[in-house]
Amino acid sequence: MMRILHRWPGLVLAALLFVTALSGAALSIFPTLDAVQAPQAGATLTVAELAARVQASHPGLEQIKRAPSGQISAWWFDGSQPGSAIIDPATGRDVASADPDLVRRWLTTLHRSLFLGDGGRLTATTGALAMLVLAISGAVLVARRTGGWRRWFARLRGPLAGRLHTEIARVAVLGLLLSSVTALWMSAETFEIVTIEAASLEVPAQVSGRAGLALTQMAALSATPVAELRELSFPAPGDPQDLFTLRTDRGMGYVDAGTGTLLAWQDLSFGQHLSETIAMLHTGQGAAVLGLILGLMALGVPVLAVTGVLTWLAGRRARPQLKDNAQAAQAETVLLVGSEGGSTWGFAATLASALRDAGQSVHVAPMTGFAPSRYRQAQRFLILAATYGEGDAPASAKGFLDQMQALQEPSAAPMAVLGFGDRSFLAFCAFAAAVESAARAKGWAALLPYDTIDRQSSQDFTRWGRTLGRALGIELELAHQPVLPAAQTLTLLDRRDHGAAVQVPMAILRFALPKASLWQRLTGQGLARFEPGDLLGILPEGSAVPRLYSLASGSQDGFIEIVVRRHPGGLTSGQLTRLQPGQTVRGFLRRHPGFHAQTDRAPLILIGAGTGVGPLAGFIRRNERHRPIHLFFGLRHPDSDFLYRDELTSWRAEGKLAHLSLAVSRGDGPHQYVQDVLRQEATQVAEAIRQGAKVMVCGGREMARGVSDALTEILKPAGLTPAMLKAGGRYVEDVY
Amino acid sequence: MKTLVSVLALSTALALPGLASARPVTLTTTLKNYGGDGAYLAVYLTDPSGAYVRTLWVAGKKSKYYKHLTDWHRATGGSPSQINGLTGASIGEGRSLKVTADLADALFDAGYKLNIDAAAEDMRDSPRDISVPLTKAGAGKPVSGRSYVAGFTYGL
Repeated sequence: MMRILHRWPGLVLAALLFVTALSGAALSIFPTLDAVQAPQAGATLTVAELAARVQASHPGLEQIKRAPSGQISAWWFDGSQPGSAIIDPATGRDVASADPDLVRRWLTTLHRSLFLGDGGRLTATTGALAMLVLAISGAVLVARRTGGWRRWFARLRGPLAGRLHTEIARVAVLGLLLSSVTALWMSAETFEIVTIEAASLEVPAQVSGRAGLALTQMAALSATPVAELRELSFPAPGDPQDLFTLRTDRGMGYVDAGTGTLLAWQDLSFGQHLSETIAMLHTGQGAAVLGLILGLMALGVPVLAVTGVLTWLAGRRARPQLKDNAQAAQAETVLLVGSEGGSTWGFAATLASALRDAGQSVHVAPMTGFAPSRYRQAQRFLILAATYGEGDAPASAKGFLDQMQALQEPSAAPMAVLGFGDRSFLAFCAFAAAVESAARAKGWAALLPYDTIDRQSSQDFTRWGRTLGRALGIELELAHQPVLPAAQTLTLLDRRDHGAAVQVPMAILRFALPKASLWQRLTGQGLARFEPGDLLGILPEGSAVPRLYSLASGSQDGFIEIVVRRHPGGLTSGQLTRLQPGQTVRGFLRRHPGFHAQTDRAPLILIGAGTGVGPLAGFIRRNERHRPIHLFFGLRHPDSDFLYRDELTSWRAEGKLAHLSLAVSRGDGPHQYVQDVLRQEATQVAEAIRQGAKVMVCGGREMARGVSDALTEILKPAGLTPAMLKAGGRYVEDVY
Repeated sequence: MKTLVSVLALSTALALPGLASARPVTLTTTLKNYGGDGAYLAVYLTDPSGAYVRTLWVAGKKSKYYKHLTDWHRATGGSPSQINGLTGASIGEGRSLKVTADLADALFDAGYKLNIDAAAEDMRDSPRDISVPLTKAGAGKPVSGRSYVAGFTYGL
């Protein structure tokens, strides 16, 4: 609900808010300019003295006005010639022209009405209303994203556009809220939805009718300090019955021209005070510093608009289109998906459409943001969860287990958990199993026993579908067709073989970059733009299941490089390692933003073994800024499987690599694994991490576990743990 | 709109004691290029002693700005009942306002005056920018105003 309230006003009115916010920001400078440029009146100057001074220069004086910034302007008639000027109160002389500044007028008309008259004012008001809705919904979304109102300034992670949007939003939201609320009030006054009665005072019946009293002799004017003055209007010259009109911060009154006494007075009403305060809060006139602050915050709106649109576009591309998705609060079946690569979403889509065909209302959503209270009509929960790495939550399921733990009571609706994984991995469906056990520990009723799908098998899915159908009392035939991302043909440029001597045949394969169209390059689709750490999915001939490999190069390097180890009996690795230069394979890109070397200058500690050195070498190759990188590389024998041997030497000479530590496990010296070498350099590692270094680990599960244990020991004296670093985004793993 | 104005003017004229004949009078106001935003104008009638009689037209629809038409506002308080059906858009610099009002014959050559108060945002408030006696001889003769009005004529 909040997302919809935030997304649609934002997308539809982005252009309008762009203009309104920018013009507002420009206008916010003027109150400060006024306050700085206007000669200010002394604290003890009275209205009588000021008026006398001005009248000395301009005998035909008609009106003196004092702006909230303190600027004093006067209007007079010189015979029949009108004249006006800004006045220096110390001398009563003209300082500058009182004509409204052209730029300011132009900006004000643009800001108020887009030069479109009343229709334009209405449009601007709609913009203010949208801004209010965006500010409130945005604030709620920020609190959700950071994990609570108290964690408002918590660190953010994720793609740049979304992060920038949230960063700016959480600083600017208060100012935008104030500006939009005050704007709505002022519009309400303009369109007479709210009417504040203007001060109007009955003309007193008894007027002295005398004339000729000097201004400085007038008691009422001498009693009023200039600091309170707003306007002094002189009586018409030929009319002895006419009076001075005096308006001050406190109210308005009439002063007799003959006696100089105050004949009538009316204080400003509460409504008028309110109206003026609101105008001050919006325009900054009379509160120049506040105006500047609000203007600065308004400058964030164009950036918010652009990043908002980019985030929306990225989200649309990443998630499969969920047609006919029921509202969360109304669906009977809630289907939550934990997907890393997107294949689980495909299964969810098949299941959802089959359930809808059977007459169910289904709400499909990612597992993040799990809040059972939102699903008020839910009669059952279906969880489809993949696993990431060693049993971690996949991308779209972050925070799910925490939400589960925080629940006071399980929902009455039963839950069925289905895990997706690959039996050749040790931690098969570890995350799904964790979800199942957490749910049962809470006492959540089970709709179906826990089940798993191996290697995206459609038959397993159909079988599970029938079990679900029996539990629901409906016919459910799930026919899942895996949708493969569009693959491109990649031509092998060259290959370098290693590891034959130690019975671990590996090859560094370099493919040519396929030609990308201009559109693909602009939108970053396909293999047009990628970084080391991203994944290349290879589609072997004869199977629909792709195999993923970590990329060892970026698109800026001009080639696609991966490191492949031949597994006995492995279909994809076998085909790849038999490939000769000039031959082709089909492949696609899968981004992996969690394992990127970001563009800051913090040192990197890269730890890898065997083929895991691929992406790490990619990071070093792209280290143009020569940030300090320390590579821990585990291999078997330096003569056989020392991948990137020559490159590493030249990178060290160039300054891209600061330090290289080798762990040789079958060489001539002592048998060492990467974790042993880590322990040997414990002090340096601990010091680097204490100073902000980021740790990136790539390799097999065993190695990753060993490294994690070693780092726990190394970091204990510093009071840190790998878990803490992971939470802060300074410890990432690419483990297979 | 013009019919309504005429009907209202006629009915108000009928309320004046003993007067039955009225004629439509066209009031044309052209503004100077005064270098500011659209001006608000109040066109109104005063009696021989200078007291306010009735409003003929108000150019400018935002009532929160009416207080700048000082003399007119002092007399009427900007009350909506005085100006019902007698409002229109504000007038830009250099542009003209043409209004038709029904004025009883007895008002001519009797010391009644046609007045215009004018004001523009951030500029001077100009009460009685125009203040001309309502006479048959003066019809059609252009009069220039003090600050905002370049020329004002009333025609029969």
